[in-house]
Amino acid sequence: MGLSKDELAAAVARDIPAGAYVNLGIGQPTTVADNLHPESGVVLHTENGMLGMGRAAVGEEIDPDLINAGKIAVTEPPGAAYFHHADSFAMMRGGHLDVCVLGAFQVSARGDLANWHTGEPGAIPAVGGAMDLAIGAKQVFVMMSLFTRDGRPKLVPECGYPLTGRRCVNRVYTECAVFEIEADGVRVRETYGISLTELRDRLEVDLS
Amino acid sequence: MTATEYPDPDQAVAGIADGATVAIGGFGSAGQPVELIDALRRSGPRELTVVSNNAGNGDFGLAALLAAGRVRKVICSFPRQSDSYVFDELYRSGRIELEVVPQGNLAERLRAAGAGIGAFFCPTGVGTALAEGKEQRTIDGRDYLLEYPIRADVALIKAHRADRMGNLVYRKTARNFGPVMATAARITVAQVGQILEAGAIDPEAVVTPGIFVDRLVTV
Repeated sequence: MGLSKDELAAAVARDIPAGAYVNLGIGQPTTVADNLHPESGVVLHTENGMLGMGRAAVGEEIDPDLINAGKIAVTEPPGAAYFHHADSFAMMRGGHLDVCVLGAFQVSARGDLANWHTGEPGAIPAVGGAMDLAIGAKQVFVMMSLFTRDGRPKLVPECGYPLTGRRCVNRVYTECAVFEIEADGVRVRETYGISLTELRDRLEVDLS
Repeated sequence: MTATEYPDPDQAVAGIADGATVAIGGFGSAGQPVELIDALRRSGPRELTVVSNNAGNGDFGLAALLAAGRVRKVICSFPRQSDSYVFDELYRSGRIELEVVPQGNLAERLRAAGAGIGAFFCPTGVGTALAEGKEQRTIDGRDYLLEYPIRADVALIKAHRADRMGNLVYRKTARNFGPVMATAARITVAQVGQILEAGAIDPEAVVTPGIFVDRLVTV
C-alpha cells in the first residue's frame, strides 16, 4: 500500500515545471534529482553557492571544493554558475527561486513547517538554511512520511515542534496522499492505496 | 591601505587580541582557511568570538581551535554535523556559548556590516523561536524582523588566487562566505594558492576587489 520512496521522489519530480530553478533540501528531497529528466531544463540551486548543480561526483570527479549543501561532492555540468552566500540567499529571499523541496517533522493545516529542531533538552540547535528556504521560495513542497514510526500523523492541526516558518508550505507529498495547503484548508489532491474516509479517520485535520 | 604580503601564516595572523571577533570562511571544509586557523591557535589569543557557518569538523582547523579552549562563543548556522564532536562536547558541558543564526541572515548580517548598513528588516524566522527578542514590523503586508550587522575584527578567508593588488578569485563552492566576510572585518587575511603579478587576473573576473583585503599569504 502507498508509494515507495522512489515513487514518491518521482511524483515530486513530475510536478516540477520545466525550466524551474529548484532547491532540494538535504536528505530524502535530494532523491528528486534522480527523477528529473535533463530535457526538462530544471536548474538546481544549492545554497552554498551554485546554480546548475550536477549529479553526485564519483571517483576522480570528487573535488573537495565542489560540494552541495549536504557536503556531498557533486559535478559541474556546462552552464553552472558560482556565487557567494549573500547572493545565494538573495536568490531565495528575493523570490527568484521557483520551488524548494524540504523534509519535515510536522506540517500544520495552515502550512506551518517544523523541520529544524526537535526541541528536546540536550539537542544542539542547528538551523542551516532551512528558515531562509521556507520563507524564500515561490513554492515550498514538503516531502515526508505521513506518520511517525509509532503511527502518529505528521500533518497536524498545530505543530508541536519548534517552527521553521509560518504559513509557508504549499504542498505536502507523502506515501499515502498529496495534500494542497490552501487558504481555506487542506485539500487532498490524490491518494495512494488509502481512501479519503480512512485518511480522515487517521488525521485530525479537516480534509476536502 | 593596499594588501601586504606575509611570508607565512603565523606572521599573517599576528596581533589578534584576546576577545576579538573572528570571521572564518568555509562551508564545512570547503573554503576553510585551515593554515590561518592553525596559526591563530599557535599565536594564542583567548576568549574569541568565532563567526562561521559551521562549528568545526573532525579535529582540524576550526575544531582544533575550539579544542584548544580559545573560543568563548560561536555564531553560526549549523553547528551540529556528523563530525562536530569537538563542538558538541564543549556545548553540552557548558564551556562554549552558541548563537544560532539562519544561514542567509548570517551572510546578510556580514554583508550589511561590510556595506555600512545600520540594520535591516528580514522575513526569515518570523514566528519562530529565533524571532524572540527581535523587533517585528509589517511592511506592505509582510512581517519582517530587525536584524543587526555582524562586524568582525578580523576575517580569515581562503581564496584560490590573488594578485599583488589583493584582488581575489575563488574556486567553485569554496567561495561561499569568503567575499562577504572580507568586507565585514577591520582586517581581512586571505590565504591563497598563488599570488600573481598585477594584471594576471582578468579585471572582469575579480570576485573580491583588493580594497577588502589587507593581508595575503601563500600556502
